[in-house]
Amino acid sequence: MSTDAAINTGVSDDAHEHHDHKPSGFFARWVLTTNHKDIGSLYLLFSFAMFLTGGAMAMVIRAELFQPGLQLVEPNFFNQMTTVHGLIMVFGAVMPAFVGLANWMIPVMIGAPDMALPRMNNWSFWILPFAFSLMLMTLFMEGGGPNFGWTFYAPLSTKYSPDSTAVFVFAVHLMGISSIMGAINVIVTIVNLRAPGMTMMKLPLFVWTWLITAFLLIAVMPVLAGAVTMVLTDKYFGTSFFDAAGGGDPVMFQHIFWFFGHPEVYIMILPSFGIISAIIPTFSRKPLFGYASMVYATASIAGLSFLVWAHHMFTTGMPVAAELFFMYCTMLISVPTGVKVFNWVATMWRGSLTFEVPMLFAIAFIVLFTIGGFSGLMLAITPVDFQYHDTYFVVAHFHYVLVSGAIFSIMAASYYWLPKWTGYMYDDYLAKWHFWCSLISVNILFFPMHFLGLAGMPRRIPDYALQFANVNAVVSIGGFAFGLSQLIFLVVVIKCMRGKGERASAKPWEGAEGLEWEMPSPAPYHTHTTPPEIK
Amino acid sequence: MASSRRLITGLCATVVAMFGFGFALVPLYQVFCDITGFNGNTSNIVQAQTQGSDGVDYSRLVTVEFVTYISKGMQWQLTPQVEQMQVHPGQMIDMEFIATNLSREDQVGQAVPSVSPGQGANYFNKTECFCFNQQPLKAGDSASLPLRFFVATDLPQGIQTLTLSYTLYELPAPEQKAKGV
Ligand code: HEM
Ligand SMILES: [Cu+2]
Repeated sequence: MSTDAAINTGVSDDAHEHHDHKPSGFFARWVLTTNHKDIGSLYLLFSFAMFLTGGAMAMVIRAELFQPGLQLVEPNFFNQMTTVHGLIMVFGAVMPAFVGLANWMIPVMIGAPDMALPRMNNWSFWILPFAFSLMLMTLFMEGGGPNFGWTFYAPLSTKYSPDSTAVFVFAVHLMGISSIMGAINVIVTIVNLRAPGMTMMKLPLFVWTWLITAFLLIAVMPVLAGAVTMVLTDKYFGTSFFDAAGGGDPVMFQHIFWFFGHPEVYIMILPSFGIISAIIPTFSRKPLFGYASMVYATASIAGLSFLVWAHHMFTTGMPVAAELFFMYCTMLISVPTGVKVFNWVATMWRGSLTFEVPMLFAIAFIVLFTIGGFSGLMLAITPVDFQYHDTYFVVAHFHYVLVSGAIFSIMAASYYWLPKWTGYMYDDYLAKWHFWCSLISVNILFFPMHFLGLAGMPRRIPDYALQFANVNAVVSIGGFAFGLSQLIFLVVVIKCMRGKGERASAKPWEGAEGLEWEMPSPAPYHTHTTPPEIK
Repeated sequence: MASSRRLITGLCATVVAMFGFGFALVPLYQVFCDITGFNGNTSNIVQAQTQGSDGVDYSRLVTVEFVTYISKGMQWQLTPQVEQMQVHPGQMIDMEFIATNLSREDQVGQAVPSVSPGQGANYFNKTECFCFNQQPLKAGDSASLPLRFFVATDLPQGIQTLTLSYTLYELPAPEQKAKGV
C-alpha cells in the first residue's frame, strides 16, 4: 500500500507535461483507474443509482401503505422491501456519496495531487457494485432476501431468517471492507499529503468533518463486521452468541449492533456538516462564524456518539440507572449540535445573501435537520420513548435527519460543485423545480408521520388500523411526489455531464473560497502536481 | 513515506483491535450482567450474607412466583408444583417441576432461568437446579425436576415479589449435533 503512495507522489512530482493524460479505452479509464477524480465520479454515480434503486423500493412500501389492508405485496415481500430499502440507502446511497465527495474534493481542497493510496482506492470502489449485486440477488433467491429489518436483530436474523442470510452477511462484510479502506485512505491523505502551509486549523471544514468521520468508520465498521459474523456462525455453525438455549443472549445483539449503529448515524451526518459549512459562507459572502468551535463541536459529537447507543434500547428492560445515563448523554449531544446550527445562522446574519440552488438546499437542511434533532430529543426522554419506540414517530425522526438532512446536503454539494466537476452550469430552471418540489413533497411525506407515530401506528407492518387511513394516503402521495422530483435531478445531472448548458468559469460563485476555485472548470485530470501556495 | 507506513500500520491495527473488541463484548457483557444482575441473570454463586441464628429472617415474607415458557415448536410441558409461594429470606426451599415430552421423539431440553425484577436477580440463589444440566426425555415420558433455592436476607426492602421464569429450549440430539459440527 505505502509503495503505492510512494510511486504515485513520485510520478506526480516529476510530471512536467502532465496535462490531461487520461487513459484511453473504457476499461483502462474507468475499471483500472487510480485517479481520485474518476473514482470520485464513479462513487457519486453509483450512489445515485443506488438512491434510485432504494427509492423504487420505498415506492413499493408507500404503495402498499396507501390503503389499509393487504393489496399489492405479500407481507414477507414487504418486509424484504423495508429491509433492503434501509440497507441500500445507508450503505449504498448516503455513505458512497460522501466517499465520492471526499475523493473528489479532499485532494483538491488540501493541495494534494491525489489520494494517498490510489490503488486501494480503486479496490474500495469496485468492491461496492459487487457487494450490492449480491445483496439485490438475494431478493430472487428461494425464501427471499433479508426480511429482518436493516438492524437485523437476532433471533430474526438467526433462527427465523431466510436461507439467503449467508449472502447478506457476505455482502455486509464487503461493504465494511470498502468503507474501512476508504477511511484509511482519507486519513492518510489528510495527515500526510497537505500542501506546505496547509495547517490543520486552515483545513476547510469539509476536510475536518471527513477526517473525524473516517476515524469513526475505523472504530465501528469492524464491530459491525463482528456482529454479522456472529449472526453467521449462530445460524450456520451452531454457536450461540445470541441464542438463550445455548447460554447466549439476544439483547446482547442489540448492544453490539447499536455500539456500531449510533456512531454510524453520525458517520452519515458529519460530512453534511462540512458541506453546509462550505456553502453557507459562500452565499452569505462572509467567513464562517466560529471555525474553531465548529471543529471542536464535531470532535465532541464524535466522542459522545460512543456513549449513547442504548437510547435505541430503552424498552429492553435496562435498569433505571442505565436508562438515565443514556438519556442524559443523548441530550448532551444536542449541545455541540446546537453550536453548529447557531454558527450557521450567525454566518448568515447580516450577510449579503443570495439564493442559488445550493444555498436553497443548505438553508432547507438547517431548518429540517433541526426539526429532526428536536424529535430526536423527544425520543431521548426515556419515559416517553416507551410510547414512541417502534412507531412511525421514529421513522419520521430519522427521515428528517437523513433525507432532509444528509441527502439534502448531498444535493447541495452536487449543485455547488457540479460546475467544477463537469465544466458546465446546471440548468437553473430545472434545478429550482427540483428544489421546490423536493422541499414541499419531503414535508408532506415525513411530517404527518410524526402524528401517525404519536397515535400509535407501528413501523415495519404492511397493514394498519382504519383510523390511520387518511394520513397514510397523504403520506404516500408525498412519497410518490418526492420520488418523481428526484427524476428532475437525474435530468439536471445528465444535462451537465453531456455539456448542455452554460460554460462554468473557474469560480462560478462570487463569494466562494478555497483551492478548488483557483483551478479551471472542469478541474483538470491532474491537479496540484506542484504544491499550491497557501496564503 | 516512512511516516505514512507507520500511520497505515496503526490504522490497520485499530481495525483489527476493534474487530476483536466486538467479540470481547460477549464475555464482557456476561461478566457485567452476572455481577450486576442486569437482564435477570441469576447468580450461581452463593453469596455470603447477614443472617439470624439459623440464617432465616422470620420478620419478612417475600412472594416467589414461577412461570415457564416453552420455546416455539417444542412439544413439552413444564409445570411448577406450585405457582407461587411465600418464603422467608434465608429459608432453604425444595420444590419440583414436572416436565413431560409430548412429542413422538426422544429429545433433550435445556431450561434457561431469568429473574425479574433484574435488581433482585442477584439475591435469588439456586443451590440445585435442573437448569444446571441438560434434560433428556424419551418420547411420552415425564420426569420431576428438582429446584432448591433461597432468597438472600439482604434482599433490598423495596422488593416484595420475585418472579423466576424458565424458558425451555430444545437442544439438538447428540448424534445430530455431531453431524452438524
Ligand atoms: C439531537 C440529535 C439526536 C438525538 C437526540 C437522537 C435520538 C434518537 C433516539 C432516542 C432514537 C431511538 C428511538 C427509538 O427507537 O425509540 C433515535 C433513532 C434514530 N436516529 Fe436519532 N437522534 C439524533 C440525531 C440523529 C441523526 C443526526 C441521525 C442520522 C443522520 C439519526 C438517525 C437515527 C436513526 C436512523 C434512528 C432509527 C434507527 C432504527 O431503529 O432503525 N439521529 N434517535
Ligand atoms: Cu442513536
